[in-house]
Amino acid sequence: MKIHKYDTVIVGAGGAGMRAAIESTKRSRTAVLTKLYPTRSHTGAAQGGMAAALANVEEDNWEWHTFDTIKGGDYLVDQDAAEILAKEAIDSVLDLEKMGLPFNRTPEGKIDQRRFGGHSRNHGEAPVRRSCYAADRTGHMILQTLYQNCVKEGVEFFNEFYVLDQLITEVDGVKHSAGVVAYELATGEIHIFQAKSVIYASGGTGKFFKVTSNAHTLTGDGQAACYRRGLPLEDMEFFQFHPTGIWRMGILLTEGARGEGGILRNKDGERFMEKYAPVMKDLASRDVVSRSIYTEIREGRGCGPEGDHVYLDLTHLPPEQLDAKLPDITEFARTYLGIEPYTDPIPIQPTAHYAMGGIPTNVEGEVLADNTTVVPGLYAAGEVACVSVHGANRLGTNSLLDINVFGRRAGIAAAEYSEKADYVELPEDPASMVVEQVERLRNSTGTERVAVIRNELQECMDANVMVFRTEQTIKTAVEKIAELRERYRNVSIQDKGKRFNTDLLEAIELGNLLDLAEVMATSALARKESRGGHYREDFPNRDDVNFMRHTMAYREVGDDGSESIRLDYKPVVQTRYQPMERKY
Amino acid sequence: MATPTMDKLEALEADNGSHLITVTFRIRRFNPEVSADAVWEDFQLDIDPKERVLDALHKIKWELDGSLTFRRSCAHGICGSDAMRINGRNRLACKTLIKDISPEKPITVEAIKGLTVLKDLVVDMDPFFQAYRDVMPFLVTTGNEPTRERLQSAEDRERFDDTTKCILCAACTSSCPVFWNDGQYFGPAAIVNAHRFIFDSRDEAGEQRLEILNDKDGVWRCRTTFNCTDACPRGIEVTKAIQEVKRALITRRY
Repeated sequence: MKIHKYDTVIVGAGGAGMRAAIESTKRSRTAVLTKLYPTRSHTGAAQGGMAAALANVEEDNWEWHTFDTIKGGDYLVDQDAAEILAKEAIDSVLDLEKMGLPFNRTPEGKIDQRRFGGHSRNHGEAPVRRSCYAADRTGHMILQTLYQNCVKEGVEFFNEFYVLDQLITEVDGVKHSAGVVAYELATGEIHIFQAKSVIYASGGTGKFFKVTSNAHTLTGDGQAACYRRGLPLEDMEFFQFHPTGIWRMGILLTEGARGEGGILRNKDGERFMEKYAPVMKDLASRDVVSRSIYTEIREGRGCGPEGDHVYLDLTHLPPEQLDAKLPDITEFARTYLGIEPYTDPIPIQPTAHYAMGGIPTNVEGEVLADNTTVVPGLYAAGEVACVSVHGANRLGTNSLLDINVFGRRAGIAAAEYSEKADYVELPEDPASMVVEQVERLRNSTGTERVAVIRNELQECMDANVMVFRTEQTIKTAVEKIAELRERYRNVSIQDKGKRFNTDLLEAIELGNLLDLAEVMATSALARKESRGGHYREDFPNRDDVNFMRHTMAYREVGDDGSESIRLDYKPVVQTRYQPMERKY
Repeated sequence: MATPTMDKLEALEADNGSHLITVTFRIRRFNPEVSADAVWEDFQLDIDPKERVLDALHKIKWELDGSLTFRRSCAHGICGSDAMRINGRNRLACKTLIKDISPEKPITVEAIKGLTVLKDLVVDMDPFFQAYRDVMPFLVTTGNEPTRERLQSAEDRERFDDTTKCILCAACTSSCPVFWNDGQYFGPAAIVNAHRFIFDSRDEAGEQRLEILNDKDGVWRCRTTFNCTDACPRGIEVTKAIQEVKRALITRRY
């Protein structure tokens, strides 16, 4: 076992982690631990753009952006945080441009902007061009630009290091972050990283669904590490289903396709979004569009022999526009479906896309141990975190924004904390939990297989806690997850080696997914209302009297070792916007 | 809307995924914990030919042999994790459909060449990323920063568009015979990323990058075999980019 000592440790090297690292490395001795090489992170799969009220092509301002974000989140957004997001968006985009990001340009040479779902002029009057973009590769360009600048700043990376445990030490009765425990993929060696501050930027947890736009590696590792150490997870019932995933595969086709004029059609060729969202139409918020698609499918207007999808129609757009603005997604349609988007509509269905919930933080990125108490030295940013700027439903282009604004904030705050704080003592035998976990899995002779349990979990989640939920479907999920968690104790792996043991890591990742699926379903069961991405057919209306509050889920361990989830709630921060009925 | 009567779309939608075929995957295995020698191992699968090679590798790992080791993440050609040599040609496993690579014969899968194999399909990527870092792959500017964005015309932006698409998968570099014979050569990917900045109108370090690539292990080692262009899963005209860097070195115009 190796012990390392750094001022600041960052877990994850996607957009949020690298944005944080650029700030933190300038101010403190920083290590970035990442389970993938940095440029493999899923930020690179984001396509459509990054929102900022630059007003480069038409009138816009950050106050409208704030309002859209709050409305998009169905008023569960903390309004102080949304205001920071929208205000700092402008410098955040300009910073990236100065770092070298090759944005598309206007004829005057400024950063070009396009329309995106839920982003509107003057509080919902009409769609506005707010998304700053680089073709349909904006995430790729952000990831590359941030990595380039990490190279420039000499950021120190530990590639293919999986963080498996968060170390907590109580000082005067207050939980402090002491560091993390990581597993080195190449060697199987366990490393302790003692650090004054730790930033989680390890991304989402979409792999508990089957049809998902998420990478195989998005298994909620950061959320699970904190949750197991008694820290809460906020609003985990809110998961976004992106309307346009490639049918059956779930591969993302950007909302920018509709921003460029693409239209959703049912089997009769009808532009059905006009019925559901008369003003914003195909550019309504994602939760609204996904529900509309499934309503069409349920009512028999889906396409194909099974009637299980609808079409994204780009055929009326000039081929030159598709080539210039949407080159990657048109190539996906050709590669994976064998169809030509110039002439054929693309079969799509909603795909599990983004966790609005996560590790609760304040606007400085500091992690909360309860509704108000900060964990000194612990930070989180990006999809792993819940600030909450996305509330019950995130607007498209606000996630690339989130990682830049709050990645930067967390990087600065953590490094400044490292400058003034002392190391806290490591807990006794700090690697014990990870050693036990790794050895148990490596030596297990159990009869259960990782892939079988994971597949059953994904099918259960798709069937029961997707776009439409009821008490009955969620209960089915809760029971199934409990059964799978029990069976997981009996899981074994075939690869017993130390070198690049991805068999072992998949088993560990499955444990994370099971824990988080349980939190998600349990939180969803208790929220007896419909809001944003959480739609209960048995409670179809938003209930501000009882549920205008964030869910806080805690893992409890009884004296007999039994585990349970305790749900608590946290008030929503409201500043200037009173909740209104949400119409697009 | 074009009506959904096109043959391809109809065939696609009518397909319920039940047309499985039996395919043999012949995989180059290597695990120094087990043996110092690499061996070919065959796996037979019943699989839908419209699935990706990555799906087949997962099926093998999840159902037949958990020790089969490879890198992957996004599974749709964006992250660059799963470049490998499939039927003797560098490709991304997640962007290669089984039906497109003669599945009636055994499909060979092995690690990309020119980088040390660590286990099965996993290679040591550190030399590859070191060459990338050596070409100063970041925007360099001098003088005061503008308060707003730097202006750049659409034409100037277009000039280096092709090389911004690189995902650092190493398919090009590890297809290059010069790189196989001499690992000191920067390789196509590093030159592509130098090109991306040399031809960016905002950048001011073109001369420095050109000097780096003027080195004996630099751009002159390229023998224009076009393997790199064929291998690029992003469709970047890699050889052309290398030639443009050579020309810039001669003319000092870019």
